[in-house]
Amino acid sequence: MTAFEFLKSNWREILSLSWDHLLLVIGATAIAIAIGIPVGILLSRRKSLRAPVLAVANVMQTVPSLALFGLLIPLPFIGGIGARTAIIALVLYALLPIIRNTVTGILGVDRNVREAALAMGMTDGQVLWQVELPLAASVILTGVRVAVVISVGVATIAAAVGAGGLGMFIFRGLRQNNDINLILAGAVPAALMAIAADFALGLLEKRFDANSSRLSQPKRRLLIGLAAASLLLLLAFGGYKALHARRAADVVVGSKDFTESVILSEILSQMLEAKGLRVERRFELGGTLSHQALVAGEIDCYPEYTGTAYTAILRHQAITDPAVVYEQVKREYAEKFGVEVGPPLGYSNDFAILVRGEVARRLKLKTISDAAPYTREWRAGFGQDFMSRADGYAGFASAYGLAFNERPREMDLSLTYRALASEQVDLIAGNSTDGLIAALDLFQLEDDRHFFPPYQAVILARTVAVTRWPALADTIARLNNALTTEEMRRLNYEVDGRKRDIKQVAREWIEKIVTSSK
Amino acid sequence: MSQPPTDQPLVEFRQVSYSVSGLSEPIISRLDLSIERGETLVLLGESGCGKTTTLRLVNRLLLPTEGVVLVEGKATSAWDAISLRRRTGYVIQEAGLFPHFTVERNVALVPSLEGWNQERINERVRELLRLVGLNPETFAGRYPRELSGGQRQRIGVARALAAEPPLLLLDEPFGALDPLTRAELQKEFAALARRLSKTVIFVTHDVREALLVATRIGLMHKGRLLLLETPANFVNSEEQHARAYMETIRFDERKLFAQTRESER
Repeated sequence: MTAFEFLKSNWREILSLSWDHLLLVIGATAIAIAIGIPVGILLSRRKSLRAPVLAVANVMQTVPSLALFGLLIPLPFIGGIGARTAIIALVLYALLPIIRNTVTGILGVDRNVREAALAMGMTDGQVLWQVELPLAASVILTGVRVAVVISVGVATIAAAVGAGGLGMFIFRGLRQNNDINLILAGAVPAALMAIAADFALGLLEKRFDANSSRLSQPKRRLLIGLAAASLLLLLAFGGYKALHARRAADVVVGSKDFTESVILSEILSQMLEAKGLRVERRFELGGTLSHQALVAGEIDCYPEYTGTAYTAILRHQAITDPAVVYEQVKREYAEKFGVEVGPPLGYSNDFAILVRGEVARRLKLKTISDAAPYTREWRAGFGQDFMSRADGYAGFASAYGLAFNERPREMDLSLTYRALASEQVDLIAGNSTDGLIAALDLFQLEDDRHFFPPYQAVILARTVAVTRWPALADTIARLNNALTTEEMRRLNYEVDGRKRDIKQVAREWIEKIVTSSK
Repeated sequence: MSQPPTDQPLVEFRQVSYSVSGLSEPIISRLDLSIERGETLVLLGESGCGKTTTLRLVNRLLLPTEGVVLVEGKATSAWDAISLRRRTGYVIQEAGLFPHFTVERNVALVPSLEGWNQERINERVRELLRLVGLNPETFAGRYPRELSGGQRQRIGVARALAAEPPLLLLDEPFGALDPLTRAELQKEFAALARRLSKTVIFVTHDVREALLVATRIGLMHKGRLLLLETPANFVNSEEQHARAYMETIRFDERKLFAQTRESER
């Protein structure tokens, strides 16, 4: 797809995500100013507090942003998913430059000027408002400017906690085999936003520089007033929009942060909408965020895999019987979380041990056991996840007695498929539903010793939501056994391989099952 | 302000010491000093002798660690700092003008803080600018950065005089100026102080300046007042520090100073 076509079909989303992004940045900056300037003023007066507070703010900024978001998620009140968590993290980043520049600006006021102000009989408040703050204004504005530029950048990561913004495009692009159009759709507007903010605040900063501007006092006040008023207006509008959107939805559908999960959630959403429900989509939640959001009631349903629920969430030792796993998950979810586990969708997304199709045909390989003798001469490439988990590489290699030529190469999961196809490695562990398996002529070896736990796809939904909306229960029931592994591979390939629009792919699939069931 | 009896000194130091923790020697020790109404007392001494500290004790920028400083018969510790400072003009080196205020607003500072009405303020600002020799039409709207060093210092004096304070404190006000401008301002200031009959405490390390503007000179050294004399007596003093100062001035010039000041009496 050319960049132009991409823009033509996605400009609405680019605009709306840019707007979300802007609101995140403005909201966070406004809060950081409201906290940072008073703290800075306090520090300029209490020398003993200066070093410790600045040290804390400094440490805050050195925490990698993804880690900070991760740390915030489990916290009550300020944590969770969505814009609130993102804004809190952004505020923590924006505080340091604002506090530091407020302190520097105030302490930088000429000693003689401060001394004269005191000696003229100005009160501490008058010295602050009429002398120190006006003279520090341009330095403080520099701090705000730095904070805004940092926030524009960090806000792209906010997409990982479901706060939306331009990061959605970037993450999506990275997942979909580094789709350059998607990455640019997030990166370019964010960069433009940062440049524009830097430029605009730079102009404002010059106007406030007491040593170069001839701006009269009333004009200066007018400017401050205007800036404050427009900030408030934007915030109010954003807040109103957020509240409004929240109330409008009957059911909130979540998804995990990979294509297959988004396709399933989109299918579910469209089917619910067809039944007249108003649906809010909170897609692409990273890690176990979707689980936490479901339990917290921030979303009502999302697609999950029984194996993941069994091992990663319920923390059981992996077992291999799909029926046992399903029953156990269903029971425990109802008891522990008040969540209903829907019937299996019909396919599983297991770990798939893959070799090149040509190799499988030549050596007549069907199962992993067939391939085991050859592994001595083979190189393997695995994703970070597979290398680190108990039911991953270590257990797998010992279960089949595999010994590779060299230590397996650890790389990004999406890259392993290409590495295998281009003969840089000879065996990988992919996902059984990945569209690339067919597209790249790869062959899945059968797990004949049943080492890997089953990852059956199911829809999880909060019991309250299911009871309240019978249409939700109907739809989940309707999806029972609706998808084969081949079908899911094809849908994934439509999106990842052929770069088609997820909504369109979902719509076509729904039309197909509706006609076939007539 | 209520007029106190005229024989009461305007400012009086009684056994005043000022020390800061961490320094073994006090900055000021057991200072006794009276400043009479209408006089220009110059505190003369090298850097670190305590003359600036003495000045700052008057308008309560500092409080004495021992003894008491009386202004109009009332201890500075009993004064409300703000009202004490508003009736005490203060001029410092580099003037300390507010860079973001025009000349007009700088001069109008204390009257505005005191809540004068705008008309009265405007009138007063114009009057003061003329008094310090600057044309109001030309200078009122300028910013301090658009002025020369001498002009800035004139504005500093105008600002200090704005609310008609009975007492003026000046801390090396002309120290940073070039010699010609300095001499001009010293002469004008001496005349001005006499004309307005203000009480002035003037701090300097320049003995010429002291001889030019003072009615009395207090010589300070290491936190103590060594000598308190009229300029005429100071010129002929046998005190060794006073002699050291006088030796920096050429003999003929010295005589000239003595004669000029004698003739004013």
